[in-house]
Amino acid sequence: MVPIDLSGKKALVMGVTNEHSLGWAIAEKLYAAGAEVAFSYQGERLREKLEKLTAGRPNQRLYQVDVTDEAALKAMFADLGQAWGGLDYLVHSIAFAPRAAMEGRFIETTAADWNTALQVSAYSLVAVAREAEPLLREGGSLVTLTYYASEKVVPRYNVMGIAKAALEASVRYLAYELGKKNIRVNAISAGAIRTVAAMSIPGFRKMVAKYNATAPLGRMITHEEVGNLGLYLLSPLSSGTTGQTVYVDAGYSIMGMSWDDAQE
Amino acid sequence: MAILDDVREVIVDKLGVDADKVVPEARFIEDLGADSLDTVELIMGLEDKFGLEISDEEAEKIRTVQDAIDFIQSKQA
Repeated sequence: MVPIDLSGKKALVMGVTNEHSLGWAIAEKLYAAGAEVAFSYQGERLREKLEKLTAGRPNQRLYQVDVTDEAALKAMFADLGQAWGGLDYLVHSIAFAPRAAMEGRFIETTAADWNTALQVSAYSLVAVAREAEPLLREGGSLVTLTYYASEKVVPRYNVMGIAKAALEASVRYLAYELGKKNIRVNAISAGAIRTVAAMSIPGFRKMVAKYNATAPLGRMITHEEVGNLGLYLLSPLSSGTTGQTVYVDAGYSIMGMSWDDAQE
Repeated sequence: MAILDDVREVIVDKLGVDADKVVPEARFIEDLGADSLDTVELIMGLEDKFGLEISDEEAEKIRTVQDAIDFIQSKQA
């Protein structure tokens, strides 16, 4: 038996909004492996939800942080440094695009909406990695959440597809630079899964039907599967893997065409 | 009125409002202060609570507490 024992390890999970969040799926696995987990959230109302989610867990650390606010990031990592003296793992599960940019045609994207989407969804990983770097211990690992629309066109995903492409490229550049310190950076590309972010995409439910008909495994992905991949990518089990975008998508991304068996 | 109680519980949990504000005529956005992500969470919460699926088209028509109750009743009938 190969155990994953992360007792004594410290992890920060950024961007959990509720129990459906992929960041939370990973946090639950980190808890199960014995790590200590802190959270950052944006918006005072989320605090109550996080308090409920983390009730009963030891040493609750919840930080209200706007990732576009460098001073707030610095303050959070300063506080974590005082409390923990270092950081082993970081989960970045943050993305945002103005609704208008995901409802209209991509060609109509305004510079302001483009900049907002890219700043919050891609640049934030770079900013977070930079501020976390002094705290990160040798053997540390960063994981972010991305989506296939970075590589292929997913109608209506629009500027968020561009943001995810920038995010995945940022993962590679960060992996190169932090690799010298034996700190790894990877992205999880999850397939269709029931999260608030996914359900907010107009037409998501129709996408799911299409998805299930195409993916080799013929189904959606579970939160537990994303949590397990997150745990693997953070833990020493994946010590030789960095800069990668790893798919947990029921195989959807290998398909060049969907095939309805009923047509045969 | 078991459905109202269950619906109220989901709304209080997802929108963080006081239970006495959750009256049948209350509108989620205008009266209970829900934003677009809140409304998605609310719909997902109702799906979980009542074990049903709510399509985009159906979700768009659920704007008040009474709408939610009516929808769930129609599905359970």
